[in-house]
Formats: sequence, structure tokens, C-alpha cells
Amino acid sequence: MKFQFDSLADFIAMNGHGPFVWAAYAITLAALIFLVVSPVLQKKAFFKQQEKMQKIARQQLEGQGAD
Amino acid sequence: MAWQWFHRLGSPRWFYEKTTPWLPWLAVISAALIITGIVWGLAFAPADYKQGNSYRIIYIHVPAAFLALAGYYIMAISGAVGLIWKMKLPYMVMKSAAPIGAILTFISLVTGSIWGKPTWGTWWEWDARITSMLILFFLYLGMIALQQAFQHRDTADKASAVLALVGMVNIPIIYKSVDWWNTLHQPATIKFTSKSSIDPSMLYPLLVMVIGFYVFYALVLLLNTRIEVLRRENRTQWVNDLVANPK
Repeated sequence: MKFQFDSLADFIAMNGHGPFVWAAYAITLAALIFLVVSPVLQKKAFFKQQEKMQKIARQQLEGQGAD
Repeated sequence: MAWQWFHRLGSPRWFYEKTTPWLPWLAVISAALIITGIVWGLAFAPADYKQGNSYRIIYIHVPAAFLALAGYYIMAISGAVGLIWKMKLPYMVMKSAAPIGAILTFISLVTGSIWGKPTWGTWWEWDARITSMLILFFLYLGMIALQQAFQHRDTADKASAVLALVGMVNIPIIYKSVDWWNTLHQPATIKFTSKSSIDPSMLYPLLVMVIGFYVFYALVLLLNTRIEVLRRENRTQWVNDLVANPK
């Protein structure tokens, strides 16, 4: 197995196909990263929201106890 | 007793707790395979004698298209299991599979279009394979829309499961489109029943990418289903405990 290009510039140019190949890979990588990051952020948001609701519920419970 | 595992499989809590330790493994394995495949495919695989370097798009185009189709099976089968056994978890899997499938179908359409320009001289052609993939994309979008269209969770799940099953008609059409209609899109490169029409030096990185995409799909489907589990079970004790003491 050997590196198929003579130089880095050659690798980027890909005999004129560079823009097509690199654009395809860039779009794909961006989409894959989005697929992973999106559920991770949603989970964080879910926990934050639930914590807030638990806090409100606790405060209401304490308020009733004081009466 | 023999069916206990099946019912446990339908328990969202069991699913959530069971899959937690899998996530880092899936993440590491898929990242390693995809990075290896990309470097191999872009820099070390030989150029195609006819298409030159533009063919290197195959290393993302084919895996994305494979998973767009495999994802549809998973979505439709989950829908069927939900309808037949009235289990909650399969519906959550089905719902999570729709946006992932839509994005993978989108990737395969866009990379195919970019590949088509230097190879066929056109960004788009109403070729049988491309058109049936576009229909697959619309089916996924229809699934997402249908999930939002109902007030009741139950109705939304049942209606989407029926749509997913009806849409299965499109799957054999996609597979056979390159054989039934002799158009621009090239026939299958990897064949399971006969010799593949691709040299091993190009095939191995492609296989690495395909496996990498499968593992990646498993990871993303789990992540999304787990969120769906939390959302639908947000009033149960175990989710409350999880929020109070996140592990």
C-alpha cells in the first residue's frame, strides 16, 4: 500500500476532481457529527428541564409543610 | 418463562440501563473504522482507471446508501412489532430511526449528485435508482411529519407504523432499479452471491467504511431511542431517580 499522490498539493487537487471529492466528504462529515451531537445536546437539555421541575415540586411540597 | 426475555426487551427502563455501557464502545469502534476507511479511501486506494479520483466518493456514498436502506428495514420492522405485540419500545425505535434515515438518504443523494457531475456531466438525472432513493427520502420525511401530526402518542405511533410498512414497497424497487432499467447509475459493485466487480485494493477500504457506518448507525439509533425513552417515561420513578442522581 502506498500514498497515491506525488505531493500534498497533488492530493488536494486530485487531478481536478478535488473540489467534488472534498465537498462530498465535508458535507458527509458535517452530517455525521450533527447526528451524534444532536442527541447528546437533547439529553443535556432534558436533564436540565427535569431538574428544574423537581426543584419546583420540592419547593411546593415544603411550602405546604410550613402552613 | 421462555418469553421473559422478549417482554424484558419491551421494557424501556431495561433497555435504557442495558445499553448505557455499550455507548463508549460503539463510539470508539465507529470512529476508528470511519477514520481508517476515509484515510485509506482518500489517500491509499488506487485511482479508478476510468473515473480517476472522483470515484473516491464511493467510500461515503455506498455506506450511506446501505444504511439508508437498512435503516428503513429497522424502522418498518419496529413498527410491525409495535403493531403486533403492542409494545412501547419498538415504537420509540421506529420514531428515532426516521430522522437518522432521512439524513443518511440525504447524504447518499448529495454525494451521488456531486459524483455525477464529473462522471456523467450532470448533477441530477431522473434515473430509476436516483428517483427511487428520492422517494425513500420523502418517505422518511413523511414519517417525521406524521409523528408530529397527531395529538395522541398512540395514534401517531400506529399511523406511522402503517406508513412505514406501506413504504416497504419502495425497497425492492430501489434494489432492482439498476437491473430493471438500464440507465445512468452503475449496477451494484459489491455482490454477495457472485464475484464483486471491484479490485480488493478498492474493496477493503469500502468494507471498512460500510462496517464503520453500521456501528455508527447503531450508536446514533441508541442515543436517539434513549432520549425518546426518557421523554416518554419522564413521570416514572426511575427517570426521576436518574435525574436526581445522574450516573
